[in-house]
Amino acid sequence: MAGFILKRLLQAIFVVLVVTLIVAFAIRLSGDPAIMLTGAGSITEQDLQNIRNALGLNRPFLVQYLGFLHGIVVGDFGRSFMGGTPVSALIAKALPATLLLAFTSLIASILLSVPLGILAAVNRGRWPDQLVRILSLVGLSFPNFWLAIMLVLFFSIQLGVLPPSGMEGPASFVMPALTMAIILTATNVRLVRTAMLETLSQQYIMVARSKGLKDWVVLYKHALRNSAIPLVTYIGLQFGGLIGSIVIVERVFNWPGMGTLAFDAISGRDYPVLQGTITVLALFIVLINLLVDIAYGLIDPRIRTE
Amino acid sequence: MSDHIAKLAPVGEPLLSVRSLSVEFGRGEGAFRAVKNISFDVQPGKTLAVVGESGSGKSVTSLAIMRLTDYTGGRITTGEVIFRPSKGETLDLVTAPDNRLRAIRGNDIAMIFQEPMTSLNPVFTIGNQIAETLTLHEGLNARDALSRAKALLQKVRLPDAATLLDRYPHQLSGGMRQRVMIAMALACNPKLLIADEPTTALDVTIQAQILNIIRDLQQEMGTAVIFITHDMGVVAEMADDVVVMWKGEKVEEAPVRQIFAAPEHPYTRALLSAVPRLGSMTGQPLPKRTPVMVIEDGAPKQIGDTHIQDTADYTRPPILEVEKLTTRFDVGKTFFGRVTHKVHAVEEVSFEIFPGETLALVGESGSGKSTIGRTLQQLIEPTSGTVRFNGRDMGSMNPADRRKLKQEIQYIFQDPFASLDPRHTIGFSIAEPIVVHSLLDDRKAIDRRVQELLEQVGLLPQHAKRYPHEFSGGQRQRVCIARALASNPKLIIADESVSALDVSIQAQIVNLLMELQQQKQLSYLFITHDMAVVEKISHRVAVMYLGQIVEIGTRQAVFENPQHSYTRKLLAAVPIADPARERAKRLIEGEIPSAVRAVGQEPLVHRIREVEPGHWVAIEAEALRGAA
Repeated sequence: MAGFILKRLLQAIFVVLVVTLIVAFAIRLSGDPAIMLTGAGSITEQDLQNIRNALGLNRPFLVQYLGFLHGIVVGDFGRSFMGGTPVSALIAKALPATLLLAFTSLIASILLSVPLGILAAVNRGRWPDQLVRILSLVGLSFPNFWLAIMLVLFFSIQLGVLPPSGMEGPASFVMPALTMAIILTATNVRLVRTAMLETLSQQYIMVARSKGLKDWVVLYKHALRNSAIPLVTYIGLQFGGLIGSIVIVERVFNWPGMGTLAFDAISGRDYPVLQGTITVLALFIVLINLLVDIAYGLIDPRIRTE
Repeated sequence: MSDHIAKLAPVGEPLLSVRSLSVEFGRGEGAFRAVKNISFDVQPGKTLAVVGESGSGKSVTSLAIMRLTDYTGGRITTGEVIFRPSKGETLDLVTAPDNRLRAIRGNDIAMIFQEPMTSLNPVFTIGNQIAETLTLHEGLNARDALSRAKALLQKVRLPDAATLLDRYPHQLSGGMRQRVMIAMALACNPKLLIADEPTTALDVTIQAQILNIIRDLQQEMGTAVIFITHDMGVVAEMADDVVVMWKGEKVEEAPVRQIFAAPEHPYTRALLSAVPRLGSMTGQPLPKRTPVMVIEDGAPKQIGDTHIQDTADYTRPPILEVEKLTTRFDVGKTFFGRVTHKVHAVEEVSFEIFPGETLALVGESGSGKSTIGRTLQQLIEPTSGTVRFNGRDMGSMNPADRRKLKQEIQYIFQDPFASLDPRHTIGFSIAEPIVVHSLLDDRKAIDRRVQELLEQVGLLPQHAKRYPHEFSGGQRQRVCIARALASNPKLIIADESVSALDVSIQAQIVNLLMELQQQKQLSYLFITHDMAVVEKISHRVAVMYLGQIVEIGTRQAVFENPQHSYTRKLLAAVPIADPARERAKRLIEGEIPSAVRAVGQEPLVHRIREVEPGHWVAIEAEALRGAA
């Protein structure tokens, strides 16, 4: 198991290096940050040169990249072009809000999709299965921003029970998390259903039944753990997409998280903030996938002893 | 009804009485009755064999007894299953409430399944899975349950039981897993054990061990056994009474000796006549084709004729010469990708095949027999050694010659369904080699050839337009044979080609292969683990063990005068379809060793000596000989 984790860890470090290289490089591709920042035309070459010097943009790329890497290690992503706040301080404020949202919706989705997926698999072809599949299709068909707006219209404007935006107390948490959870559940429930159908057709499930075990023990002890591998894989992959949806959902609900931060940074051409947020989010996705790999080993002994 | 039975049998009443049991799958028009009005009794401590071929309903019957058919979409439509767990107590399992039934499952009635590779849950330890039954039915705490589990593992003769408790199923061989399964089934001292083809997926020497264990433990614990099988040899070895099933119905029921000595139903007679019996060719130097009895419109009918297979021509040079063929695969790598272990699949194997000859390559799993077949078909590059076809070295051939070789050597696989593309008609599949090797270019000529080939293998020309799923397993194998013949090959490699077929179908396919050999002077490399089939079909036999040929010679020499201890062991392990024969107290123990070795630890290549003309045997170390 130790060798297995070490291998995955080395792979993760390599991925991080590639990701940071792309982030550092890609931002230069969009043009000279000094020009983009000031708006071309109204400024002299000397002014531009000064800005480049001030921002360290005329150092060789490799030096800039190494400086950037060093910054990641010590947690210094520079200062925002807007107001000069350290980027790390902005991220420190936004990250918890986003993680809270991401994990709550993920956990809510797992708690919903596992029993529903199992219910559908056990009743394959009968009405509970049909119902779950239709609901999942409905959930898949909603664009996330539309779903978010509909929830606001219903709960905040029609009923007036939930605050439409911001992060003030637990009530403001419900709608963003619900939006994310619905989107995630719609795909996860199908995945659980398919994985369970595959597992339930295995011989060892019949063996477990022939032992006299209760149905729920067979399903939740014997079958679920075997179905967990595809589910865990998918959740790892889903995390990238999840971050993408979060940017939009945070925007709609004006949730002060990483998505909002990144969005504002893009609109304001605030490169240090953008670079910082993207790097931190990318690190999280890599970390989650590392955890997924380790989870494999814990779930399935065949992978552990490979 | 139950009162009525009780009156009929006041003393020595059966442990289980199945009465008019029917099981149906699906509903409405698509409904299918898999089991029709089956009735039989199981006496305490006795073994009842339920025999039948695929589709006979025997497995469904075995599941229906504990109402496990509920989970496979089946419904018990009529009948009752009366179980007598203790004196005076009767219970109809068909109508018993769920909680009562669960208390019986795994406790009073336990089950062993066919596939040991998939019948244990891969994510739980062995100890865990055995202990689960004990905590459930006997309320033991975790520690006591584990120590009982350990004792059970010892009971099924698994060495090192204590460490096995913490092992996971994938770390065990098939034979070991099946022992674990038996330990699990016997955990609560069940009164009835239902064993559904428990040894079918195992190697023959492992099968012999498992059958011995079941028989011994049954005597020791007084367990009654329902043994579901298709193998008449196993029936003869295990059963007291036999129920023969055919197309969902019971066609015959009798004590085992009577079934074998005087079968009454035509189907039973056909089934028994098709069973290849080890020793049936004793005293005959050449293979012999014999008629097969089939049931047509309910009446038995003989098809085929008797013919001595004198096709092998030893005056001409051999068509295939294999010399010191070695094939190794890298497994096990270090962190930095250095190879630490290799599978020594084939080690310095030499043999030749003559025109019109059938050479059987026999061995158990991991013996390397299939690797040789795949190497000849150029699917695997050999590590070293030479292969000459018609005198020409395969290694020095140019790509065009190699393609030509693929035309002349054809392959028939074990699983006829998996080896046919489900999205193409069989006509397309059969025509493919003709097109690929540009043997004919006119569409009409190709169609004619396909029809001709279908007729040669006993199918109809109009079958060409059908898809694989429209055929039965036996017909599909005929299609595969037609495809193999399409390119006019000289040599056909048949890799376990008849192993997955029902015996009656198997006998017909074997006859077909022999007939084609006679017509076309074909040579066969017949790769199999089934000694009885080998005896019937082959001119010469090579016995493989751990990548090496340990004995090679004429079929008569190897079967009637086996020299190597492994050949003897293999022959002794085959169950003989004759209940009157004394059950030899065989001592076949031990697993088949692994062919995986650390780099640098080369296996010892045995020297071969000629014991009689054409009969070569590997020289064994004295110590080994004594142990085996």
